[in-house]
Amino acid sequence: MTTPTAAKTPAPEPQRIHAIPVRYPGRWISAAVVVVLAAMVANALITNDVFQWSTVGEYLFSAPILRGVSWTLILTVASMAIAIVLAVVLAVMRRSSNPVMRYVSWVYIWFFRGTPIYTQLAFWGYASVIYHNLSLGIPFGPAFVTFDTAVVLNATRAAILGLALNEAAYLAEIVRAGLQSVDRGQSEAARALGMKDGRILWRVVLPQAMRVIVPPTGNETISMLKTTSLVLAVPFILDLNYAQAAIGNRLFQPVPLLVVAAIWYLAITSILMVGQFYLERYYGRGFDEHVPRRGRRGRQAAINSAHTTADPSPLDGVTP
Amino acid sequence: MSALDPDAPMVELAGVHKWYGDNHVLRGVDLVVPRGTVTVVLGPSGSGKSTALRCINQLEEIGAGCIRVEGELQGYREGTRRGEDVLYRLHPKQIAVQRARVGMVFQRFNLFPHMTALANVMEAPVQVLGVSKAEARERASALLERVGLSDRLDHYPSQLSGGQQQRVAIARALAMEPDLMLFDEPTSALDPELVGEVLGVMRDLATSGMTMIVVTHEIGFAREVADQVVFMADGAVVEHGPVSQVIDAPTEPRTQDFLAHVL
Repeated sequence: MTTPTAAKTPAPEPQRIHAIPVRYPGRWISAAVVVVLAAMVANALITNDVFQWSTVGEYLFSAPILRGVSWTLILTVASMAIAIVLAVVLAVMRRSSNPVMRYVSWVYIWFFRGTPIYTQLAFWGYASVIYHNLSLGIPFGPAFVTFDTAVVLNATRAAILGLALNEAAYLAEIVRAGLQSVDRGQSEAARALGMKDGRILWRVVLPQAMRVIVPPTGNETISMLKTTSLVLAVPFILDLNYAQAAIGNRLFQPVPLLVVAAIWYLAITSILMVGQFYLERYYGRGFDEHVPRRGRRGRQAAINSAHTTADPSPLDGVTP
Repeated sequence: MSALDPDAPMVELAGVHKWYGDNHVLRGVDLVVPRGTVTVVLGPSGSGKSTALRCINQLEEIGAGCIRVEGELQGYREGTRRGEDVLYRLHPKQIAVQRARVGMVFQRFNLFPHMTALANVMEAPVQVLGVSKAEARERASALLERVGLSDRLDHYPSQLSGGQQQRVAIARALAMEPDLMLFDEPTSALDPELVGEVLGVMRDLATSGMTMIVVTHEIGFAREVADQVVFMADGAVVEHGPVSQVIDAPTEPRTQDFLAHVL
């Protein structure tokens, strides 16, 4: 009895279940229907002469199109970068204990979300007509330096500024939602350690909020990529959409050039999605156990790590 | 005036009141915690014991009375204006300095989930005290070893058990080298089999001479390490004294009633 392992014979290996799986004919039928529909769409695209696939190939990597792609990328990246910084400031202002800050932020978001982006871009185009000069100095007093608005706010800068200011209003709400999603106990613990508010925001709250902020911001970035086609309102005429339209009109063949633009927008979106995947994985650290796993195992791991269930693995291996 | 007084008790609460709107949750709490002692606060839920603890660390603002830590008034500065004695509210930065001397351990751990155990412990020394990262890392790993987690340095909180998380939280608070440690029901969120490892760390800490105030329901722990037991009910201290008095021979009927339920 004192050495229970010595005399014990190994238990017989339990016989595993090898059952016949259930058949699902509906799955096969629905899959077949979808495949046929997809083939019909592909056929319609390839066989219709209007698409002029040879023209598409000819212009896909042509110089004006490539220049348009790079300008579209510049507009997207620059305006999103400015918008993100501004959005964090606006979101923090919305949560400020200073009522003036809260009110100003609210009015900003109200105005820039409430007016069309096309109108705003056109306005920034006219800014140099409305205000000929910009000056730095004492408010309502003498000016120290004066700039010519048309030089400072050229078409490129007006386009970037217009896109950024509009986007910041939307992103501010996304950031605010992210900040609100962080458990109050987090800033409480940081305060108890003697951290000051700014540090708490930067080191504790914002990194956790990013987990909530990144997915909708990725959405906004992809949306921005295509919104850049509206900079014609400024007017800014170097972006991808203007480039394709110019060629299409010249050739009297708009459709192949639209396809060229669509391919480029899709390609860039795909690259952005890859970037978003890695950003999400980075900010999910500590939450998603590093490598995001799919399916039931990943979900169960998340449930276990949340420690909200009494028994850590009551469902492990159970298949409904 | 604001200098620390080495002869003053570690913590002194005098006539502390706290209101949440119309809800009068603390009704004149008086408490003295001498240096190097362990005070265990018992009481039914809603008695205000957690609130009192949070007031000491200024996570809650008090409505009346005063709290001193090492003789220093918490949250305010005494002064005179036009010949009258007045209180000046401290700037949040000064309050942060006062808080840094007091370590706090929460019921729900509140570890930073996006940082590893090591980074959690390093965070405050680097960000608040300006300790170099290398030095903070060394101290943090020593502290994690002290709480028995030297093999968990690079684990994220989600990869640790509740007991391990709470031990990291204790190490995180200790990293600021506090003069006083507050524990707000540190074992209440733990599975029963994990309570022991956290209490063990706390017991070691008490033996090392740390001044501690512990809000808990663990009567056994109180018996073992408490120099003073405080029983609170309805926002006030009903009874206080050594274990032999408050737990073994309570005189107040409310204390007797409570102990009859938990023992």
